[in-house]
Amino acid sequence: MADKRTSLLLPKKQGLTRRGALKGLGAAAGIMAAPGFVRYAQAQSSEPIRIGFQAHRTGIGAAYGRWYERVTTAAAAAINDAGGINGRPLEIVTEDDGTDPKRGAEVVEKFANQHKTDVVFGTLFSHVVVGSAPAAGELKIPYYVVSEGYHVASGNLNRYVFQPGITDVKAQVRAVGPWIADNLGKKITLVFPDYAFGHDHRDKFPEKYEAAGGKVVGLVPIPPTETSFTRYLPQIPSETEVIYHVMVGPGVLTFVKELGEFYGSSGPKLFGFLDSLEAVDIASPGLEFLEGSHFWEAMPRYLQPDASDAVKAYRAAVGVDDNGASVNDPKDVSTASHMFGCWETLHIIKHAMEAADYQGPADRAKLVEATEALTSFAAGAAHPQGDKVFNAKIHQSFGHQHISQVSGGKLNVVHTTSIEDGMYEAEADYTTMSL
Amino acid sequence: MAFGPYFFLATLEGLVMAAVLALTALGLSLVFGVMRVVNVAHGEFFMLGAVLAWAVASTISGYPALGFLAALIISPLVVGAVALASERLVLKRVNYNPEATIVATIGILYIIQQLALTFYGPDARPVVAPFDYRIRFPWFGYSAYKLSVIAASAIVLAATWYLLSRTKIGLIMRATQFDAETATAFGIPVDKVYAGVFALGAMLAAVAAVLIVPIQQAHYLMGHDPLLLSFIVVIIGGLGSLRGTIVAALLIGLSDGIISVFFSPTLAKIIATMAVALVLVFRPQGLFGVSAR
Repeated sequence: MADKRTSLLLPKKQGLTRRGALKGLGAAAGIMAAPGFVRYAQAQSSEPIRIGFQAHRTGIGAAYGRWYERVTTAAAAAINDAGGINGRPLEIVTEDDGTDPKRGAEVVEKFANQHKTDVVFGTLFSHVVVGSAPAAGELKIPYYVVSEGYHVASGNLNRYVFQPGITDVKAQVRAVGPWIADNLGKKITLVFPDYAFGHDHRDKFPEKYEAAGGKVVGLVPIPPTETSFTRYLPQIPSETEVIYHVMVGPGVLTFVKELGEFYGSSGPKLFGFLDSLEAVDIASPGLEFLEGSHFWEAMPRYLQPDASDAVKAYRAAVGVDDNGASVNDPKDVSTASHMFGCWETLHIIKHAMEAADYQGPADRAKLVEATEALTSFAAGAAHPQGDKVFNAKIHQSFGHQHISQVSGGKLNVVHTTSIEDGMYEAEADYTTMSL
Repeated sequence: MAFGPYFFLATLEGLVMAAVLALTALGLSLVFGVMRVVNVAHGEFFMLGAVLAWAVASTISGYPALGFLAALIISPLVVGAVALASERLVLKRVNYNPEATIVATIGILYIIQQLALTFYGPDARPVVAPFDYRIRFPWFGYSAYKLSVIAASAIVLAATWYLLSRTKIGLIMRATQFDAETATAFGIPVDKVYAGVFALGAMLAAVAAVLIVPIQQAHYLMGHDPLLLSFIVVIIGGLGSLRGTIVAALLIGLSDGIISVFFSPTLAKIIATMAVALVLVFRPQGLFGVSAR
């Protein structure tokens, strides 16, 4: 039987022989080694720094992904205009991960092995980060996420994963907890998505809120693929004074609308994480009941009267109008409270690469150590959201948070927390792990 | 919340779900009943209906009800045309062979889904409800539009029933369903009936989608759940039985509404799937189905 299985594509005798192959390889090696082969001779100095951008172009994170991509493009242009990194231009290589953890890990491998990027950057959804981080650790490629999840700071990932550009959920909820207890009410029910990101809210919020005299009276977890929410609302206990809501994904508008239909304007007070309304226009029909309610914002969506020049320059570079929507389409509302992290993280990568005198993939370990040597970032053009403190042990930044009130269909900042309000003791130490 | 109002809310939620499900499943059931074709792309016709509803409603400015009504007419027509084309170009070419049609409709599923992703994009986009009124019950508020979905669905179901059982077109369809060969012998253009039924099935899914899209938003992945639930309903009710489909849709919709309000949505899905297994074991033709001849 075996002798009958000849190749259909190659006629016998003309196949690739070992000798022929070796000859070809030798010739190619000879050309590359020759002094005139310019590309490789110059690689050290002017080849662009390549940053792999793991983007949620499709899947449930698509609205975030679109804005992450715009901010990343704008930040890369700003860095290149200012001379690039160590004098080398910055090049963004984008791959879609479908907001899917399995594909996320594949994308990290593709960046490391195929595109040969210097670092990987830009992931938002926590399950994608958790799914991709092991690949980054095995391939020893620095992985800078913009996810706000607590998974980096928890110490459960590895030394190659950083979150320097955005505050994590644990710090966010600790910062706003006492304010809610003092200003909105002492009995709160949490409505959250039933997976890692929501569980961070459920587990980390109560400590500071209850220390300020509040009490969590109800927990309403909602499965992440849910499209209809009214059925969950009766689980909210009637003694509830404040409903704390944080939802993500394509169903957020339905969720907020159904909350309004259920309670009208006479229900408990509302405190939402803006995640519940990212990329959604607050002036949408059916959302009138939100008037007067409060939201957490990392960075104000609407241009505030006291905005700094850095904020204005950032908004102009990204292309958002005063209402936080795209300058090209007022219906295309931004994900303002998350996307600034891409801008800041790219600037931090630049900073760390220059500090490490980064030359190429061989210097990745040096880059990790240089990132760990950072301690704080000053507010300014590179950090429009505000100053931050970086804890190298847990690879996590801490910044200011805002509480905004809806009035006239817009969000106005009424309170800004200090960095210390959210800070907590490091519960892990990545710097002791081997590189 | 006390048990009474809690149960009332659960029933309302279940009825809305049952109304939409009955329309979608009826389309699937009709196609199988008459053509013996398992249309795996049915959920994508639903999705296409929702996406087109957004496209139509967003091009017509002015009073939101106008855009919605236009969507309610145009979207099912376009979806019907797409279904007609795929029936002529694909299903007819594989001679309605059962295995080949399953594979072919899986292909159609991916083609429609990816085209929607390419041209409509990955975002969830809302369609404004034709009217925005909140009914105030003493215990909670409820969207009047949701209640109107139940009524609209009932009207469409009644019209379909009338079409099938009281008109000549319905007679021809039933004759084709009963025995396609004999129907051909009596001069019924079975080929055209198949094309019409496939389009009609897709249009029913599109109507359901237009009705749901002011409540949920149009999204390119939204066809998945309706497809699964429609299969559950059709298997329980009996493939090809209109009465069975409606009864099973009510059963699944209400039990899902009530169980997921009182216990958990996961339990509701477990019970629905278990019901399918039990029906398949003890009454394979479904509650109202007739055994295969």
